[in-house]
This record gives sequence, C-alpha cells and structure tokens, in this order.
Amino acid sequence: MSKERIKISEDLYDIMPSDYQDLVKSATYGKEDRGWKDIGNSKELIEQHSLCAGCPESMAFRYILASLPNPEDTVMVGSTGCTSLVFPMVAVHNIHSLFGNQNAIATGLKRALSVRFPGRTKDVVVLAGDGATVDIGLDMTLQAWFRQEKFTTICFDNELYANTGGQESGLMQKGFVAKMAPVGKLFDKVRLPEIARESGCHYVIQCTVSKPSLIEKVVRNAVMIAREIGPTYLQLYTPCILEIGKNSMEGLQEMRDSEKPTERFAYREYISEPAKQLLAEVSAKDKEKKAAAKQLASQGA
Amino acid sequence: MADTHSVIGTKNKKGQTFTDTWKMMNEAPRTPSFYTGSEVIKEALRRASCDVMIAYPITPQSEAAALIGELFAEGYIGDYFRGESEFAVMSQCAGAAFGGARVFTTTAGPGTMRAMENFPMWSGARLPIQMIVTCRGINSPLSIQPDTLEISYLLNTGMLVWHAETAQDFFDWILKGYMVSEEPDVHLPLALCCDGFFVTHTKDVVNLTPADMCLPPYDPYRSPVPCMDMECPPVRMMRDPFVMKSNYISYATHASWQQEVWAAVERSRKHTIRWINGLIETENADAEVLIVASGTAVSQGREAIRLLEDEGIRCGLVKIKVLRPWPGEEIREATKNAKHIIVPEFNVTGWLAKEIRATIPNSERVNAGPRVCGGMTMPPEIIVSEIKNLLGMRTMSLAGRGS
Repeated sequence: MSKERIKISEDLYDIMPSDYQDLVKSATYGKEDRGWKDIGNSKELIEQHSLCAGCPESMAFRYILASLPNPEDTVMVGSTGCTSLVFPMVAVHNIHSLFGNQNAIATGLKRALSVRFPGRTKDVVVLAGDGATVDIGLDMTLQAWFRQEKFTTICFDNELYANTGGQESGLMQKGFVAKMAPVGKLFDKVRLPEIARESGCHYVIQCTVSKPSLIEKVVRNAVMIAREIGPTYLQLYTPCILEIGKNSMEGLQEMRDSEKPTERFAYREYISEPAKQLLAEVSAKDKEKKAAAKQLASQGA
Repeated sequence: MADTHSVIGTKNKKGQTFTDTWKMMNEAPRTPSFYTGSEVIKEALRRASCDVMIAYPITPQSEAAALIGELFAEGYIGDYFRGESEFAVMSQCAGAAFGGARVFTTTAGPGTMRAMENFPMWSGARLPIQMIVTCRGINSPLSIQPDTLEISYLLNTGMLVWHAETAQDFFDWILKGYMVSEEPDVHLPLALCCDGFFVTHTKDVVNLTPADMCLPPYDPYRSPVPCMDMECPPVRMMRDPFVMKSNYISYATHASWQQEVWAAVERSRKHTIRWINGLIETENADAEVLIVASGTAVSQGREAIRLLEDEGIRCGLVKIKVLRPWPGEEIREATKNAKHIIVPEFNVTGWLAKEIRATIPNSERVNAGPRVCGGMTMPPEIIVSEIKNLLGMRTMSLAGRGS
C-alpha cells in the first residue's frame, strides 16, 4: 500500500498529532528492504511506551516492528502482560482480547482475512509473553501449530510473570527462587522450541535480542515462511531486569552472557525442508536483484 | 475500503441472490418444511452469507454444528473448522470478527460456561458474533439434559440475549438477529438461546424462505470501532494503556465504555421491535391469571391454558422473546391487570421470576414456578395445578406427593 491508507486530508493536516504526521512523512510502510537500520532515520512504528527504562523487551519491540516485511498489511495479536502496555502505541492494527488466547484470536483473524482478501497478502503475527504462550495459553499455542495455521508466534521469554510482579512461569529456570516458587522452581524450563518443532512449526528460533541484525533476519524469515508454508515460532530472551535484580544498563550484557554456546539461550534453529527451500528461493531472488542493481550501477558509471 | 455500490440483486458464488433482508423475511414466499431444530439452524445458515463458522462438539448442539460443516463443504460458508475447546472457539470467533467476518457458532451448557470469559470481551470489543446456545444442564453430576440455568449467566455480559420457543423462531431470528447485531449503533454479539433437545431434536413444520436468496454480506466498515484488517489507518489508540493507570481518567474511560456497551444494548431495542415484532407477545393479557415465560416453557404454558379453558378458567400468556434488552416496560404494561403471574421455568433458581419481580409493581403477584430442572419435562398439568392452587381450588393429587 505504501502510505496510501494513512495519508491525511490536507484540510485536517495541521490538527493531526505530530507523531501521526511523522508516520505519513517518514515511516517505512511499503519499503521493501526495511529493517533495523531504519531506526533513527525514519519514523518507527512504535511511539513512546511505558515499559521500564532499559527493558530489553522495548528493544525487541523496536527491532521486530522495524523488520516486519509487510507492516502495511500486517495485523498483530498480543496478550495480557508487559507487551499489552506497548501495543496501544504501535502503528499496525493489533488486538488485545484476553490472557492466553492469542493464538486462537490469530487463527480466527488469519482465516477471516483470507476469506475477505483472497489473493492478497495479510500477515498475522502473534507477540506475547511466556506466561501467555506456554502456561495459560499452551493448548491454543499448540493447537494452532497442529492445525498448521499460517501465522508467526513470537514469545518474549523473560522467564517469569513480569507484569504481575515476578512470579514463577513454565519457562523459568529450575531452582530460581521467585514469588510462587518460594523454595525455588521445582521443574525444568519447558522446552517449547523442541515442542514447537514436533508440533509442526516450520521455522523455530531461540535467541536473545542482543543483535538487531539477527532479529531482523529471523523475523523476516518467520513471517515469510508463515505466509507461504505454515506456523513459525520465535522464542526471544528479553530478560526482566527488574525481577532478576539488574540495573537499566545491564540488559544487553545479561543477554550476551546468556547466549554463549553453553548457555540456555545459545542460538538454536530448526527449519523444515519446505521452509529451507523457500528461504533458498528468496535468497536466490535477492542475489539476482543485487546483481542486477550492481550491473545497472556499473553501466551508469 | 468499503464498497459503495449495492450488492442487492447480484449473485454469490453459489448462485444465491443477495436480497434485501426485509423483503426476504417478510415478502418472499415461504415453503413449509418438516425439519429438526438442528436442520433448521443449517437452513438458516445456508441463507446467512456467513464468512466464518467455528464448531466444537457438545450435546445437544453437535448435530447443528456438524451440519453447518456440510454447508461449508458445499461452498456456502467462507471458512469452517473445529476448534479445540469452547474457550478457544469463542476466541477464534472473536479473531474472525475483529478481522471483519460475519461469524457464527453454537454451544451448550458446560461449553457456554467454559467460554464465559470471552463474552464480556466480545461485547466490549463490539463484535457482532452470533452464538446459538442450545441450553442443557451445567450441574454436577454430569447432565446433558435440557435446563436453562446457563442463560442467567449470559444476562450481564453485555450481549443481546434472545430466547426462542420454536424452530420457526430459530429460523427467522438467526437471520434477523444479524440485522439487529450489525446495526452501527448496536454492533454487539447475540446469544440466541433455545431449550436443548426440545427444540434441537424434535421435528416441526417450519416455513423457510427461498433457498436461492441470502442476506447481504456483512460490511465491517459500518462499525463503531475500527476493523483490524489494516485497511484503515492504524491510529495510536491511547497515550498510555488504561490498565496501567489508577487515576480518574482511567476509571472514567472504563466506566463510560461499559455504559456505552449497555447503551448499545438499549439502542438495539428499536431494531429488535421492528424485526421480530416486539420483545414480547401476549394473548388475553387482560386475564386475571397470566403465565409469563420464555423458551419452551411458553409452549407448555399454552397447553396449560387450553386445559384450564376446558374447566372454564381464563388465563392469559406473555411470551418473553428477548431477555436483553429486558422488556421491562412491556411486561409492566402486559401484567398491569393480572392478579396472579405464573412463571414456569426449566431451571432450579427461577431467574426469570426474579427478573420479573424486580420489574413490576406489587411483585408478590409473581409465583416463581412451577420449576423443573435437570432435564425433567414440564407437563402442562403441573402448571394447571399451580394455578388452581393459587386460585384456592382443589387439584388432582400428583403421584408421589401424598396429599
């Protein structure tokens, strides 16, 4: 669409909020090669947020919104938790309804959009915390994957219930002492990436959000594979610095420490055969484009 | 964006003609057909231009939900699948409605209860989903038998709640229900309830509209809230989400939105009256004895009235068709001359009698019963007996009572 759908009537331009004017002027809707490098020189699709200072989740939000390949036709689905404090400031349509039902909402939404807009791309991306994804919403998370629903599920894994004040969650590490785990968590961190693979996800990534370029890559891949093939799952470590006793400046280091090869957030990926094929095709096309551009440039020179 | 041209008179992919709903329901020829209630639900859906139907098995709605699957296979429904639980199904319905689809689902008893968290969300999000509720027991031990207790839980969700008596009501109200639900000044979900088995599993003659006519499609841009399809500007909804704030503006926002939802319930009144010819129906409302009921208790009331007539006792009837919005004014007017108001119900708590008592002056006139529950039938004789007792007349002793 580029910016066709958000442009402002001339008569009303001066009374529109400046952040909306900025969206029209310099947001990256319709820009094919949009990515994390646009942050800082174009209008982001996220306005202010009320997350804690230095929260890695806020970084993750920015990278993801900068990396969506098709934001002008993307609808996001959230759930209750810290993410629901950000979504009202996000410039793509998004739905919050209940706690834990995000993959059910996304199922209905994706199907409705497919019925209403046959032949057009409408991406659906779920973004929810680990409580919503793995605990209260687990059945709907898995069932959407079993049914091969064509949308991306992103889990912000902060290993606890952050918004309610740091209670035990299924993705918490064993032994961690938290509210509702007064003697330490008694069972292992739920292995959702493996479960995702067994449940039919075609692209499963576990990583931290320490590197924006990596987030850009995995978000683009996940959305494109979900669009063409079937469900995809990203589990991103976004530590809750508040609840693990860190300061605002320490989030990045916490992620770097946790992604070392021996640590629990070492980069892991699973890509199904059809998804590999799709990625190879996409990459071949990109190469062709780049080669053509290079040739044009050299001819020009 | 929204189409500006009319689709009335054009054909859908099944060759059905999109027809002005008023003409289709009130002027088109009707064909008498002998169908079960479940089959009638299917026939209504055939004509409903429904985009998404989501199914889940639970007695006694399973047959209707499966029959709509056949309609999908024939190409009458945009999409159809079985969800994993009623909670998930109602969220999937919400997702589809957020995405601008006309949505239909069916549920019953424990399924209604499991899904309950969704219903105030549906109303608050202004999603005009239609949900058939084929009422059954929700108590433990497990029961699949007819019982209307679950309706009482729906009354404060902000949904429109209608209670069908017959399969004919069902057929007409499914189609007309969308017209009320989808009005821009309403835009609320509708719980269209009936008494399970009595309506779903019995055969009745139902006058159907022509199968080659169907409702105009739902227009999601006639909505008081934006459709979540990225076809209109993605505005920032608020500066800070109100859930974070404990201050006056936050409370006032929540309060005013709840009031707006209930104001929308109220605004549905005029449309409902127009489409289904009033929120109640009365017969001999000037009688001193009145039966006031909803659902199949109305049918049993009719039988009781016939039996009483044979004995020279005149008794009137008020059929309550719509529970939300509540027809308070209508009930006050209809009962103003009644000395005895008998409220037969298929549930243990007598929620309808409580609603009526809270509505009319001199509420001691309300006799909260007879009531049956747990799947028991309500023989008209027990209504007759209740009325005779109230009138101080001797009644036949009922078996086992020992009187």
